Amino acid sequence: MSTSTQAIKHERIYEVSPTRKLVMGIIEIIIGAFIFIVFVRTVSGAAKTTFVMTPGGINIGQAGNWILPTQLTLIILAALALIIGAYQLIKGFGRATNALVGLCGLFLVFSFLTWQTADQSLNLAGMLTSAVLLAVPITLGAFSGLLSERAGVINIAIEGLMLMASMVGALIGSITQNAWIGLLGGIFASVLLAGIHAVLSIKYRINQVISGTVINIFAAGMTAFLSQKFLQTNQALNSPPLFPRIPIPGLAYIPVIGPIFFNTNIFVYIMFILLIIIQVALFATRWGLRLRSVGEHPKAADTLGIKVAPTRYMAVLLSGVVAGIGGSFFTLGSVGRFEEGITAGKGFIGLAAMIFGNWTPIGSLGAGFLFGFADAIGSKLSLLGSNIPAQFMGMTPYLITMIVLAGFIGKGQAPAADGEPYEKE
Amino acid sequence: MDKKQEKQKDAGKVLIEELNQDEKESATHKRSFWNVITIPLLAILSGLIIGAFLIAATSTSVYTAFGQSFGKGITTAFSEIGSAYAALFTGSIGDPVRIFNALFSGDKEQIYKAINPFLESLVQATPYIFAGLAVALAFRAGLFNIGVEGQLFIGAACATFVGYAVKGLPVYIHMPLAFIAGGLGGALWGFIPGFLKATTGGHEVINTIMMNYIAFRLTEWLLSGPMTRPGSGGMPISPLIEESAQIPQFFPSPIRFHLGFFFALGFAWLIWWLLFKTKWGLNMRTVGTNPRAAKYAGLSVVKTTMIGMAISGALAGLAGAIQILAVNRSMALGLSSGYGFDSIALTLIGNNHPVGVVLASILFGTLRNGATRMMVVSRIPIDIVDVLQAIILMLVAAPAIIRTIYRLKEPKQEETTVFVSGWGGGQ
Repeated sequence: MSTSTQAIKHERIYEVSPTRKLVMGIIEIIIGAFIFIVFVRTVSGAAKTTFVMTPGGINIGQAGNWILPTQLTLIILAALALIIGAYQLIKGFGRATNALVGLCGLFLVFSFLTWQTADQSLNLAGMLTSAVLLAVPITLGAFSGLLSERAGVINIAIEGLMLMASMVGALIGSITQNAWIGLLGGIFASVLLAGIHAVLSIKYRINQVISGTVINIFAAGMTAFLSQKFLQTNQALNSPPLFPRIPIPGLAYIPVIGPIFFNTNIFVYIMFILLIIIQVALFATRWGLRLRSVGEHPKAADTLGIKVAPTRYMAVLLSGVVAGIGGSFFTLGSVGRFEEGITAGKGFIGLAAMIFGNWTPIGSLGAGFLFGFADAIGSKLSLLGSNIPAQFMGMTPYLITMIVLAGFIGKGQAPAADGEPYEKE
Repeated sequence: MDKKQEKQKDAGKVLIEELNQDEKESATHKRSFWNVITIPLLAILSGLIIGAFLIAATSTSVYTAFGQSFGKGITTAFSEIGSAYAALFTGSIGDPVRIFNALFSGDKEQIYKAINPFLESLVQATPYIFAGLAVALAFRAGLFNIGVEGQLFIGAACATFVGYAVKGLPVYIHMPLAFIAGGLGGALWGFIPGFLKATTGGHEVINTIMMNYIAFRLTEWLLSGPMTRPGSGGMPISPLIEESAQIPQFFPSPIRFHLGFFFALGFAWLIWWLLFKTKWGLNMRTVGTNPRAAKYAGLSVVKTTMIGMAISGALAGLAGAIQILAVNRSMALGLSSGYGFDSIALTLIGNNHPVGVVLASILFGTLRNGATRMMVVSRIPIDIVDVLQAIILMLVAAPAIIRTIYRLKEPKQEETTVFVSGWGGGQ
């Protein structure tokens, strides 16, 4: 068995086409030049940027403030981006290409913050904490898509699954006054809808994108209908208990990192646990090999005795479980009540994160953090008295998604049989 | 050289096959009419039945009645469903008794009022027709345009801007100008994802959705900033458009039936002609159904993708423009009640054909219009329409379900009109 595992593993070639190599290099150079021209030159040499490194309301794991010379920091970041870009153009980073463009994106974001905060102070740790929380639904959405698409079923229904889970989670959580039961309810609702998607796309073989759209329309209509009928008229049905912040003994006391990663919502821990589980299950077990083989070459898998349809059903239902957790996060982990359209496209952004992350769990997580960070900046920037309208900051996650997609999608990246129904002959 | 010739030969074959197929289609047109229409009709019927269950299952009075006795529960459930669907009917088509009385009395005003629900359904159907045509055209080119909503917002914003900012033009110039501006705005918004797909391979499904959210933010900013109505106190609403930009309504207020409905029908004909009667349409459909063959035939997939998305966006933009110029007369954020996703559903129910789109649009307009009354009478949230639409769409998309339920015969060959590629493929 081990030989065949290796065979499949090695089949995924991380090849970077020459144009992509060139385009990525140019993007990195542009980022560097942009930081230099727009940010460095509009800031006085004496300006200082203060980042507060302890989030509000925390009394463990405190850290001192970071006081950075604004201009020097910006120059260093610009130079780093330029060096990375130059290396990319000359030699190329191979498999690490995506990661390094992501890093340059991070430089851009960080220098923007540094520039905006010149002669002011910003609670960077607080922003990072909220960035991690904002990344949760996106990352879980990406994991959800990953599970289903690795088995060859495109799942654009994640948005709908999350929406449904968030409403049912709120409803059940309110009735039982127990967040855990609410979470289970949310997962159950999401799995049910995922089951419909599975039946439509596997049994009836209808176009998977359309099947996903059906689920999305249904979920949007149904949640709005039920929430107007019950949740809005009876507030007691829309006040679920929130999962509390849980500090992890020991780790939570580490300065900077502790408050951001180890003294936070249970959903963040679930996200990391899922990362490990999915990574191991998909790439180090026989089960995962079978799942991936169904997504890459269902006919070959079938010939070898792997049952294609049941494997795909399982994958889509598991995708529903993960989307259900992600959806419940909105009502049980973050907002504390259901509102219509509460997911605001996070499911779709999650899909983009999955694509950005090359259909790998770790890549999805990285992309999720990037999107979460962009989101956090949008909501925090108005506090700095920035003269950029809030709406424009609100556009950034979507814009970044598009730019990222333009740069990263390509042939041979997606599972080969993604989106293709399989018919046994 | 040999290879090239071979390719061209292949291309010829493909085109000829395609042409033959078209002829066959039109030859069997009359026979297949019922085949085409049975599935949607049964889907609508099933949707309404499931909707009835939903109405009964979410009504608290039904539960209390069941608590008293089973028989009472059943009768209450049926009376709830009956009154809701009666409201749906009278709200969307009209009260037959009232129409009859009005006709009998011969009073013009009475007649207008009595048939207003039906006219209002047509008003509601008008943007659906444009939006549905947008989705259908994109589908035919093998593209999935989920971005109708955003294109519609941008189109509406452009039409509004031309509508109020340009002054002193005669109506026959100003009105078309504002209308075209809407189309151009939508075309730009559709072109961007088309361009991205053609040049970088970024899938239009994700990109159009992202463009939707960007369009919402952008219009919110426009309406509360540069395009805000003076004295609105920061409310996101635009100034009223000039009278010369308005598309005329036929009857005095409150009847809103307007010329735009006929514009919509005209555009449906135009798109039908473009798709099925021109070489351009043939090329586009070839790219949509079989991009690989189209490539061999020397057709430019890249060009078709960009043009297809731009025209699709333009139609969506016109949907927004017509709503502003003929009905709303100023722009606010509540412009759309979800035309974007609705239009996908109605296009598929209409079998991706302009005629089907018009019929399905009238159905959707009727449902939405009736649901407004249903909300007033029976306190059923209007969003039930979305649920019904999703169910109808699901059944139309998976006709095998309908065939199993109603024990219909399997057709010899499943006809597919939608070809949407996965993330990586298609080019």
